[in-house]
Amino acid sequence: MDIQVRVWRQEGPSDGGRMVTYDVKDISPDASFLEMLDVLNEKLILDGDDPIAFDHDCREGICGACSMVIDGVAHGPEKATTACQLHMRHFKQGDTIDVEPWRAAAFPVIKDLVVNRGALDKIVAAGGYITAPTGAAPEAHATPVPKKDADLAFEAATCIGCGACVAACPNGSAMLFTAAKVAHLGLMPQGQPERDTRVIDMLQAQDDAGFGGCTNMGECSQVCPKGIPLHLIGRLNSDYRKAVRKSF
Amino acid sequence: MAVTGLLLVGFLYAHMIGNLKIFFGAETFDHYAHWLRTIGTPLLPEAWYLWIQRAVLTVAVLGHIVAATILARRARQARPVKYAHRPKVQGSYAARTMRWGGVIILLFVIYHILDLTTGTLNPNGVAGEAYANVAADFAPSRWYVTLFYTLSIVAVGFHLRHGLWSAVRTFGQQSPRGELYARATALVLSLVLVVGYLSVPFAVLVGLVD
Amino acid sequence: MGDFWNDGDAIVDTAAPEGPIETRWDRRKFNAKLVNPANRRKLTVIVVGTGLAGGSAAATLAEAGYHVKSYCYQDSPRRAHSIAAQGGINAAKNYRNDGDSIYRLFYDTVKGGDFRARESNVYRLATVSVNIIDQCVAQGVPFAREYGGLLDNRSFGGTQVSRTFYARGQTGQQLLLGAYQAMERQIGLGNIEMNSRHEMLELIIVDGKARGIVVRDMITGEIATEMADAVVLASGGYGNVFFLSTNAKGCNVTATWRAHRKGALFANPCYTQIHPTCIPESGTHQSKLTLMSESLRNDGRVWVPKRAEDGQKPASQIAEEDRDYYLERIYPSFGNLVPRDIASRAAKNVCDEGRGVGPGGLGVYLDFADAIKRLGKKAVEAKYGNLFEMYQRITGEDPYETPMRIYPAVHYTMGGLWVDYDLQSTIPGLFVVGEANFSDHGANRLGASALMQGLGDGYFVLPTTLGNYLAAGPFEKVAEDHEAVVAARAEVESRIKRLLEIDGDRTVDSFHRELGHIMWEYCGMERTEEGLTKAIGLIRSLREEFWQRVKVPGTGEQLNQNLEKAGRVADFFELGELMCIDALHRRESCGGHFRGESQTADGEALRHDDEFSYVAAWEYATGESAKPTLHKEQLEFEYVHPSTRSYK
Repeated sequence: MDIQVRVWRQEGPSDGGRMVTYDVKDISPDASFLEMLDVLNEKLILDGDDPIAFDHDCREGICGACSMVIDGVAHGPEKATTACQLHMRHFKQGDTIDVEPWRAAAFPVIKDLVVNRGALDKIVAAGGYITAPTGAAPEAHATPVPKKDADLAFEAATCIGCGACVAACPNGSAMLFTAAKVAHLGLMPQGQPERDTRVIDMLQAQDDAGFGGCTNMGECSQVCPKGIPLHLIGRLNSDYRKAVRKSF
Repeated sequence: MAVTGLLLVGFLYAHMIGNLKIFFGAETFDHYAHWLRTIGTPLLPEAWYLWIQRAVLTVAVLGHIVAATILARRARQARPVKYAHRPKVQGSYAARTMRWGGVIILLFVIYHILDLTTGTLNPNGVAGEAYANVAADFAPSRWYVTLFYTLSIVAVGFHLRHGLWSAVRTFGQQSPRGELYARATALVLSLVLVVGYLSVPFAVLVGLVD
Repeated sequence: MGDFWNDGDAIVDTAAPEGPIETRWDRRKFNAKLVNPANRRKLTVIVVGTGLAGGSAAATLAEAGYHVKSYCYQDSPRRAHSIAAQGGINAAKNYRNDGDSIYRLFYDTVKGGDFRARESNVYRLATVSVNIIDQCVAQGVPFAREYGGLLDNRSFGGTQVSRTFYARGQTGQQLLLGAYQAMERQIGLGNIEMNSRHEMLELIIVDGKARGIVVRDMITGEIATEMADAVVLASGGYGNVFFLSTNAKGCNVTATWRAHRKGALFANPCYTQIHPTCIPESGTHQSKLTLMSESLRNDGRVWVPKRAEDGQKPASQIAEEDRDYYLERIYPSFGNLVPRDIASRAAKNVCDEGRGVGPGGLGVYLDFADAIKRLGKKAVEAKYGNLFEMYQRITGEDPYETPMRIYPAVHYTMGGLWVDYDLQSTIPGLFVVGEANFSDHGANRLGASALMQGLGDGYFVLPTTLGNYLAAGPFEKVAEDHEAVVAARAEVESRIKRLLEIDGDRTVDSFHRELGHIMWEYCGMERTEEGLTKAIGLIRSLREEFWQRVKVPGTGEQLNQNLEKAGRVADFFELGELMCIDALHRRESCGGHFRGESQTADGEALRHDDEFSYVAAWEYATGESAKPTLHKEQLEFEYVHPSTRSYK
């Protein structure tokens, strides 16, 4: 099939950037969206043009590297699917597809579609862990975990840290990302000692990184490739309230 | 947002119940309007309670607006470069229109106070004649006022539908089932409010109240 | 000896303790010199890679008080490819009371490695396996649990005990996030200096010791030299030499290869694991292959048409009597559940006969029609729903209606830098952990053992053995203008310059793809002397062409993904050649290495223990026409005596 892509091109952080249109001819419907960009890049290189820079790695939807807004939707039109797992058969012959980077002040553009998502790591560094020095761990079966809690913790822990929630949020908030980690660790018995400081410190780090505030719009959960549920934000709010109350 | 918002919702409900007294006739309604001034007496001098309530409401409204402004500013700062292909918002219409809806509601509240509290913009505008003022306001010839009221109340409805649900989330609602309940409750409360408020101008319009 | 290599002296692992195998690790720990806690912060350790091995090592070393500098090419340490591991992690906890023990895990691993691994290392791995689970649970890793709240286990990869711990199909992700979070904590505390989007391009050796690395900042292109008291490589495997593999696109051999060029021996490069149940290629655009859990073979039946001319017909139009359920036919007792290498080779054989299905005839059917008939669609969905969904997302076909198409793909590389019992390479101060080393899996890795090895090395083994090395430090500070540092940096700069200046007419990917074809064809599932010899010639001429015709756009002073790829592919050429030489010299079949000339009358792998019971450790030869030198480390089997497997 033949399509057109309009891609955000930006040489570097100081460049203003612009949308540029490219024709992509004779692409297989079985190709993935990123493979379509590979094919386009091969042509650009041979034509002496600068190929499009985009983040990608595992190409099986788990590493969270790929990050592009396709036709206005983070990761494109398929529900619960990362851009690398999106296939061209979901587009039609003659379509014009817009491709843009994640747009957020906390995610500055490095080049073209590549952004810096280090802010998410900073949120984790502020408290998204359980302190467990190597060698000091008790026997794994010492503390049973109710299956229900373990399952919900797992569901929250499937977050791949891609940042689509931020890209889609009209407020540019990272609340779903933070809430997923707070929920995962807060549901495990091992996570209780640091539960209060964790939520306070992670939220502080989130605000410091320049993310917007959450107004419960729900866009984040809609585009999340792992379908992290919105109600985890309520859990975060509840934990936060309790933590603040206890701190007085 | 949630705390100030819930205060305001509480007021809206009390206000609506008062409004509905109009269906009991001019005397009851005017008496009710007068009674509002006497709440708290003799502990407090007359109308003091009303002023206290007004002060609290004003603080709540201002607090609500300040919080909203901070959020909006943060949102703008959090996304300095806009999308060329504007992201299609997949959430509800109510969620999308919170900010502009809020502005419309604010303008309406200002008009509403000048209309029915101070009487400045009211065609009757006699203090103490609450019933007559309302009846004059929504007379069929002044259909545009009724239309404006209607639009504003519908805006309030949308605002509450997302606002109530969102407030519950802020207070920590956190289960899928709770989410369904919260959504349903927010919808019902908003609908009741819209119907309750609109019943008055429409009653005037069709002559049920005159 | 031959036209392709020289024979060198034998090597021995001098770090391994003698004595009863159960006590060797304890005795090594006891004999290891300790570093005074007050001295630790004066010692700097570089860790390259942030996967299970590198992430757990960095976190543990930082927590112990060392100053750690960590590097990864991804934009965040959380994205290392360990994250994609699906199945699970083995541990000899014996929670099921089904007869499992450390000894049994040790035994199974040595046997599974087809008697080409060191007993001491494997026993230690089995020993620390139980600590890994404790450690991960303490970190909050959400393993699957039973209703009673205890950890769930399953049997994996044909073992008869249930010792695999898992977190749905995302075990690697959850374990990696545990290590990553521990790492982020240390980053927050200032104990780890994290450098993401940094690629190691050279090793710096001063006075015979590994003392630093040269890295390129992938955003600005800046080349920097980073010094330390020891260097740890945790840079993963080299499956991407085949271009198409289940590895992430960025996985590469550069870190270990650069160390190899500087003198570290590279062991058993030809041992590659090929996984039978991957989604086949759909066309020339294919950029990588996706693995599906081999649990699918528990209920799916593998077949191809009996006649080649039926290959392109829809499956539904091929009558039952025209189908060849070849695994059930050839291996009646194990049927569709034969080990990975046998299933893979059988698939290749039927496709070579022209009976393959799907695009290019490179695929075989994995049919669930019988399972659906027997168990009902619901039961099949409950068991395999997420895998079916994944298959449908990628292929656009519904496996409930039409049989799945599968084909083998390169999955894991058992070979890697040679290390002793202390995980130290032949360069003092250079330690290698995880898939990047060669140590524990022999010629073939058991399912759910990769995660175990990565975390075992990083959490428990390296922190002890590295301390033993560092006890002699802090070593004399190396100045930035030391001649070895200046030379290493100059090498990197000139290499980048050379790549950019060629400005030819072929893309990096086109070369990589062609190299991958050669490797897959001649150094893939079945290797022959003729094919390997041919491959070496093809690789050499392609490499020559690469250095004349490759076109790398852009400059070195910016984010330049093609420049990154070009450097990696250049190293893959050299590695590919060594893999072929290693495969050529090993005139036996063992584990993931099948030599066409060495098979039984029934076409089974035939080992030659008398001749090849050794680790082949290769020394890099400098100069264009120089031959690598082979050093043999003889393997002793005191506990698990070599036997021949049979799956008929």
